Amino acid sequence: MECRLQRGPCVGEEIWVDSRTVYIGHKDPPPGAEANIPQRYPDNRIVSSKYTFWNFIPKNLFEQFRRIANFYFLVIFLVQLIIDTPTSPVTSGLPLFFVITVTAIKQGYEDWLRHKADCSINECPVDVVQQGKVVRTQSHKLRVGDIVVVREDETFPCDLILLSSSRHDGTCYVTTASLDGESSHKTYYAVQDTMAFRTEQEVDSLHATIECEQPQPDLYKFVGRINIYKDKEEPLARPLGAENLLLRGATLKNTQHIYGTVAVYTGMETKMALNYQSKSQKRSAVEKSMNAFLIVYLCILISKAVINTVLKYAWQWSPDRDEPWYNHRTENERQRHMVIRAFTDFLAFMVLFNYIIPVSMYVTVEMQKFLGSYFITWDEEMFDEELGEGAQVNTSDLNEELGQVEYVFTDKTGTLTENNMEFIECCVDGNVYIPHAICNGQILSAASSIDMIDSSPGGYRREHEDLFFRALCLCHTVQVKEEETVDGIKRGIHQGRPTSFYISSSPDEVALVEGMKRLGYTYLRLKDNYMEILNKDDEIERFELLHVLNFDSVRRRMSVIVKSSSGEYLLFCKGADSSIFPRIVSGKVEQVKARVEQNAIEGLRTLCVAYRRLSESEYQEACHHLNEAKLALQDREQRLAQAYDIIERDFVLLGATAVEDRLQEKAADTIESLHKAGMKVWVLTGDKMETAAATCYASKLFRRSTQILELTKKRTEEQSLHDVLFELNRTVLRQRSISGYDRVSVGLSVDCLDFGLIIDGATLSAVLKANQERAGSGNYREIFLEICRNCSAVLCCRMAPLQKAQIVKLIKASKEHPITLAIGDGANDVSMILEAHVGIGIMGKEGRQAARNSDYAIPKFKHLKKMLLVHGHYYYIRIAELVQYFFYKNVCFIFPQFLYQFFCGFSQQPLYDTAYLTLYNISFTSLPILLYSLVEQHITMETLKRDPSLYRDIAKNSLLRWPVFLYWTCLGVFDAVIFFFGAYFLFDNTTFTSNGQMFGNWTFGTLVFTVLVFTVTLKLALDTHHWTWINHFVIWGSLLFYVIFSLLWGGIIWPFLNYQRMYYVFMQMLSSGPAWLSIILLITVSLLPDVIKKVLCRTMCPTATERAQVTYCHQLHSETKALNCLVSRLGVRCLSCISCKSIPLVNHPGRPLGSLIALSNSMI
Amino acid sequence: MMASSYNAKEEDGHNSGASNNGGAGVVKSKKPDNTAFKQQRLPAWQPILTAGTVLPAFFVIGLIFIPIGIGLFVSSNNIKEFEIDYTGVDINNPCYNCAKNFSWNSTTPCVCSVPFTLEQPFESNVFMYYGLSNFYQNHRRYVKSRDDSQLNGDQSALKNPSKECEPYRTSEGQPIAPCGAIANSLFNDTLELYHIDSNGTRNTIPLVKKGIAWWTDKHVKFRNPGGNNNLTVAFQGTSKPVNWRKPVYELDPSDPENNGFINEDFIVWMRTAALPTFRKLYRIIQKKSSTTPTLPSGKYLLEITYNYPVLSFDGRKRMILSTISWMGGKNPFLGIAYITVGSICFFLGVVLLIIHHKYDTRNNSPDIPN
Repeated sequence: MECRLQRGPCVGEEIWVDSRTVYIGHKDPPPGAEANIPQRYPDNRIVSSKYTFWNFIPKNLFEQFRRIANFYFLVIFLVQLIIDTPTSPVTSGLPLFFVITVTAIKQGYEDWLRHKADCSINECPVDVVQQGKVVRTQSHKLRVGDIVVVREDETFPCDLILLSSSRHDGTCYVTTASLDGESSHKTYYAVQDTMAFRTEQEVDSLHATIECEQPQPDLYKFVGRINIYKDKEEPLARPLGAENLLLRGATLKNTQHIYGTVAVYTGMETKMALNYQSKSQKRSAVEKSMNAFLIVYLCILISKAVINTVLKYAWQWSPDRDEPWYNHRTENERQRHMVIRAFTDFLAFMVLFNYIIPVSMYVTVEMQKFLGSYFITWDEEMFDEELGEGAQVNTSDLNEELGQVEYVFTDKTGTLTENNMEFIECCVDGNVYIPHAICNGQILSAASSIDMIDSSPGGYRREHEDLFFRALCLCHTVQVKEEETVDGIKRGIHQGRPTSFYISSSPDEVALVEGMKRLGYTYLRLKDNYMEILNKDDEIERFELLHVLNFDSVRRRMSVIVKSSSGEYLLFCKGADSSIFPRIVSGKVEQVKARVEQNAIEGLRTLCVAYRRLSESEYQEACHHLNEAKLALQDREQRLAQAYDIIERDFVLLGATAVEDRLQEKAADTIESLHKAGMKVWVLTGDKMETAAATCYASKLFRRSTQILELTKKRTEEQSLHDVLFELNRTVLRQRSISGYDRVSVGLSVDCLDFGLIIDGATLSAVLKANQERAGSGNYREIFLEICRNCSAVLCCRMAPLQKAQIVKLIKASKEHPITLAIGDGANDVSMILEAHVGIGIMGKEGRQAARNSDYAIPKFKHLKKMLLVHGHYYYIRIAELVQYFFYKNVCFIFPQFLYQFFCGFSQQPLYDTAYLTLYNISFTSLPILLYSLVEQHITMETLKRDPSLYRDIAKNSLLRWPVFLYWTCLGVFDAVIFFFGAYFLFDNTTFTSNGQMFGNWTFGTLVFTVLVFTVTLKLALDTHHWTWINHFVIWGSLLFYVIFSLLWGGIIWPFLNYQRMYYVFMQMLSSGPAWLSIILLITVSLLPDVIKKVLCRTMCPTATERAQVTYCHQLHSETKALNCLVSRLGVRCLSCISCKSIPLVNHPGRPLGSLIALSNSMI
Repeated sequence: MMASSYNAKEEDGHNSGASNNGGAGVVKSKKPDNTAFKQQRLPAWQPILTAGTVLPAFFVIGLIFIPIGIGLFVSSNNIKEFEIDYTGVDINNPCYNCAKNFSWNSTTPCVCSVPFTLEQPFESNVFMYYGLSNFYQNHRRYVKSRDDSQLNGDQSALKNPSKECEPYRTSEGQPIAPCGAIANSLFNDTLELYHIDSNGTRNTIPLVKKGIAWWTDKHVKFRNPGGNNNLTVAFQGTSKPVNWRKPVYELDPSDPENNGFINEDFIVWMRTAALPTFRKLYRIIQKKSSTTPTLPSGKYLLEITYNYPVLSFDGRKRMILSTISWMGGKNPFLGIAYITVGSICFFLGVVLLIIHHKYDTRNNSPDIPN
C-alpha cells in the first residue's frame, strides 16, 4: 500500500531485493555510490547433512513418526501403555522399536557419511589474497568478496567470478563433470578490464563491486554486472554472464592458476548446493494399491472392534455374566463410567486386532526395494564395456513400476540413435560434396579427401563454396585439445602430427568440423580471439572472432560474427532448416530445400548454412544490441533473444549439411519387444519430421504395414485442426470396430491393424491450447487422446523440451491413468524424465544430466528391454506377492483371535502368548517372504526375454486388483476359520493325551499358532517357483526356528517374566498324538483350496505365463531326453561329467545342451 | 532423497578419479561380478503345480488319510465314556436341595448322592473328570488374575502379590495366598464313587489323586514357599482366599507332597481351560487285575459334597468317567475329519484326473511335436 504512494523508491527497491552487491576484497565503495547496506551472507560451509549430534534423536524421531504407519503403531503402543490392554505393550513396542531403530541407524549412518564428506570439503585448503599476499585458509572460512587463487586441477571452492587467468587471453578451461556430467572442457572468460592482472598486488588493488542476482539453481544462467572504480571516475560497468562465473564443484584444467573473486555465492547458496535439493518423490502404483488395501484393513479392524464391543455389552447385560461370583471387577473398574468403559474396551479390541495391519510389511517392503535394486546394478548384461558402467539405481522406490509400464516416451537422438555423428555430405547451392571414405572416428589423411560431383568452379559458385566451407569452419564452439587423456568425444585430427582432438558439447559440430577437414579445410585453433583455418592450399587463414551468438533450442541456430583478414565483417549462421529458411533473402533455396528434404527422408540430420555480409555500421549496431542485452540485469535472456532476432536476418543461403546419426545397437529389437509387450512407444524429438520418421522406420517403430496418420502443421494449414482431428478419429474408430468383429470371428491378432501417428510441436500446442481457451466444448484434447490410444506408435517431432513433459503429463492425466516411462539422454529430456512415472536416463554423450535426474540410468537403449521385461516383471510379481501375502498371513493370524472372542465372553483374551504375538511378524514368518520377494523367478529370464508378450499378463496392476485381493483375504479368513474351529472341535470337551491330563487355553492357542505358522509358510512354499538353496534354507529354517524357539520358550522358567504360562505347553502338546494328527490335518485342509484353485486355473484357463512355464517344462523334459541320448552316445566314461554338468541345466535350457553336444562331438 | 544426492557426489569423485588415473583399472572394478547369485542364476528347482503333478499327491493323501481316519474313528468308538449332570437344576435331581439352599456362609456341608448305572463294563484305567459348563475360565480378567512367582514359592511375591490379582489380592490387610480369581474360585466339590453290588452294599471305589496334574507343573512350576516342611509357618502372615473354607496349607494335610501350592487338584484348576465348557481331571481309577474290569457294569452311586455354586451364572456341573486310548478320550471329530478330508482328496483326484485328461489333450496337442 505504502509503495503505491511513493512510487519511485519502490521500483528501485524491487530491483535491489532481487540482486546482491559484492564488494571485492571487502573494500568500501567510494562515497557517493549506492548506500553501503551490509548484506549478510552465509559462510562457505557446505551442509548436506540433515542432523547434528544433538538434534539427531528428536529430529529423526519426528521425521519417522510423520509416516502414517509409524504413527499408527505409536498410537497403538501408547494406548497399550495407558489402558489395561489384553496384550503387553511389548508386543507392539518391540517391533516398533526395532523398525525405528533400524531406520534411525541407517539414516544416522548415511548422515555420518555426509558429515564426513562435508567435513573434508569444508576443511580443504584454499588460497586467498589478503593485503596483497596469498594466505592459505580453510574452505569454510571463505566469505563473499574474498579473492581466491585456484590452481590447475583444483576444484573451485565456491561460485567465483573470473578476474584473471594465467593464460594471456584471459580464458580458462573448466570441466563441470561433477555438476552436469559433461566432461568436455568449457571455456570461461575473465572480466575484460581485469584480465591483465598478473600478481596478487595488482589483484588486491582492484576496487570494484559486483552486482548480481540472488542465488538460483540454474547452472547455465547468471546475470550480473561489475562496477570498477578507478580514481574517482564514473565507475566502469561491465556485464557478467554465465561465461564469467566459475561454479563450485567444477575443476580447473589446462590453466596454471586463476584469480577469482569470490565469491558471489558461498556455501549453501552455490549453484551446486542449490541443485542438490531433492526432487519430488514418485510413488509407485503398487504403493498406492497397498495404501488402499491398508485402508480396507483399517476399516475391517475398526468394524471388528466395534462389533466385539457391541456384542460384549449385549452379552454381559445380565450381571451373572458380567460379574459372576468367581470373577469380580476391582472397585476402580466398577466406579468407572459405562461410556469410558465401553471406549476402553473398544481400544482394547483395537489393540488386540491391530496386528492385522502389519508393521513389518513396511520394513519388509523397504528392505525388498533397497536390496532388490542391487540386482539391477549387479546385472552383467546391462554393463557396457565401452562406457565402463552398468545400470544405476537412483531410487529404489519404483522397481516394481518397471513392470507396469504402458507408455514409453523416448528421445531420439542419443537414445534411439548413437549420437555418434558421421558427416555424410554437404551441398552447396544444390551441388553435393561427399567426403571420400566413410569412417567412424577413423583418422583420414587430409590430402585424399575431396570428391566433388560436377565440380566446375564458376566464379559465383566458387565464392559460395569458399564461404560455405569457411562458415562451417568458423561457426561452431568446438575446441581443439592437444592431448590424449580427454574424456568424452575424441577424434583424431592428423596422422603424423601431434594428435589433437576436437571437443564440443555438441557432437554434430565435431562431425561437421571433422567433415570439413576431410574436405580440405582444417580448423586449427582459436588463439587470442583469432580463429585459424588451414585451407585446401595449406595456407593458414585467420579470422577475428567478434561475437558468438550461442545455440539455444528455441532459436535452433547459432551464429558467429567474424572479421576476415581483409577487414570484412561476416555473419555466419547455421541451424535447422525451419529456422533458417524464413530468414533467407537470396540463394538457391529450391535446390537446397530439395536436397535437405531428401536427406531427411534418409534419416540424416540436416543443418542449413547461411551468411550475411555486415557493413561497418551494421556491425556497430549489432554490437550495440548485443552489449546492451548482455549488460541488462533484468530479463537478460529475453533481451538477448530479441537482439539475436534483429541480427540474424536477411541471410544468403549457402547450402546444407547432412550428418548421420546411427541407430543404437538392437534399438529395433528393443522397440519390437516393447510393442509385443503391449507398450505404446512414443518418440519425442526435436528433429524434423522426415528425419525422425526415417529413424522410426529404421527402428521398427513404424512397420511397412503401419498406417500413418499425420497431424502436422502442413495438414492443419490446409484443413482446420478441428476437421483433421475428427477425420483421424473417424478413421481410427472405424478400423477399430472392424477389427473388433475380426477379433471375435476370426481371432486375428491385433498386429494387423497398426496405426502410427505423427504430430509436430506446433500442432500439439494448438491442440492443447484450443482446449484451454474453450474448456468443455469441442474438447480436442480428448479426441487427440482417443486417437493416440488407438495408435501403437506415435512420433512427436519438433518438440521443445517443455513440450515433451507436457505430452507425458497429458497421457498421465488421461482417464486410464496409464503408467508412463520416459527415457532420454540429454538435458532436454530432464523435464520429461522428471514428469513420467519412471524416468530412465541414458548415460550418453550429451552429459549426465539426464542420468542424474532419472530414477534409473542405463548405458544403452537396448538395456531397457531387460530392465522392463525381466527386472520389471520380476519386481512386480515379487512385490505383488509380498503385499498380498502379508495381508493374508495377518488375516490368518488375527482372525482366530477374533473368533476366540465369541468363546471367552468378549473379554479381549488373546489366543496366543505374547512372545508369539510379537515374533510372528518379526521372525517366524518374515524371512521366507523377504527372500521370496528378492529371488523369486516364476519364469526363467530367457523365457521372459524371448516372449515379451508375457509382460501383458501383469499389465494394469493385475496382481493387485480387488478380486485378487479379495481372493487372498477370503483365503486368509478360510484358513483362520479352519485353524480355529479345527482346534475348537478337537478341544471340545475331551482330552487328548494318553494319560488323561487336560490342556488349557495356552495349549489351545499354541496349537492354533503352530498350524498357522506352518500353513502360512507352506503356502509361500507352494507359491515359490524358484527353489534355490537359499529358499530351502530359509523356509525350512524358519519353521525349524519356530519349533526350537517354542521348545526353548516353554523349556525354562524365565526369571524376568512375571508369568510362566507357556511353561512346557509346547512340549506337552507335542507329546500328544491327536495334536500331531490334527496339526497335519488342519495344515492339509488349509492348503487344499489354494492348491485346487491353482491347478484348476492352470488347467482350465491358463494365462500366457502359466503356459510358458509348462512349455518350459516340456522343453526341459525333451532336453533331458536328449541328454540321456547323449549319455548313451558318450558311453559310461563320461557319465560323471554329464551328471555334474546337468545341474546348471535346471536353470537355463539350451545353453548347457549346446555345450554338451559340442562336448560329445569333440569326444567322439 | 538426500541419500541419493550423496551417492551422486560419490559418483563424481569416482569419475574424476577415473580420468586422473587413466582408465583400465577402474573400469574393471566397476564391472559387476559374474556370480550366480548376483546374476540371479543360482541353480534352482522349479516345480509347477499342474494337474499332472498334483494328482498323485491327492490320491496319496486320500489313501493315507482314510485309513488313519477309520483307525481314529474306531478307537474313539471303543472308548467308554459316561457322563452325569449333578447340578441340581431339576427338582427330581438329588442335588436340587443342595443347589437351591446354597449359601457361602453355611458351615455344614451339603451332601447329595446321585445313583447311576453303567451299561457296559469299563475295562482299562478309568479317568474321572468333573466338567463345568458356562464357566468362563478363559475370561481375560480371570486368566491373568494369578501370580506365577507366588505360586513358584517366591517369598516376596507371597507377601506382596502381583497387582494382577486384584481384587483378590489382599483380604483383611493380609496378602492372599494363593492370590487371584483363579485360585479363589477353586473347585471344591468332593466326589466319592461307590459301587453297589447285587446285594445292595456300597463298596467304595478307590480314587487315586496322584498324576492328575502335569509333572512339570507339580515339580517345577508350582512350589511351596520355603520347601514342603511346615507349611503353616511358611504361609504365616497370609490370608486364605475369600471363598475358601480352609487355608492353602490344609488342602491335603494327609500328604505333605500334595499340600499347599503343589496340591494337584489346585494345580489342575490353575491351568485355565480354553473354552467355557470344559472338564478337568479329578481322579484316576486304576485297574487292579487283568481279569476283572475296573468298573464292571452295574449300579453306582456318586456322593457329592456340594460346595460349588454354579446356578447363579447358569452353569452346569458334571461328573465324567472315561477310559483313554492312545489318542486320548472319546472324540469322534478327528476320525470323521480325517475320513472326510481323505475322501474329498480322493474325489478331487478323480475330478482332476478327468479335467486333466480333457484339457491336456486339447492344450498340449500342439506341444507334442516338441
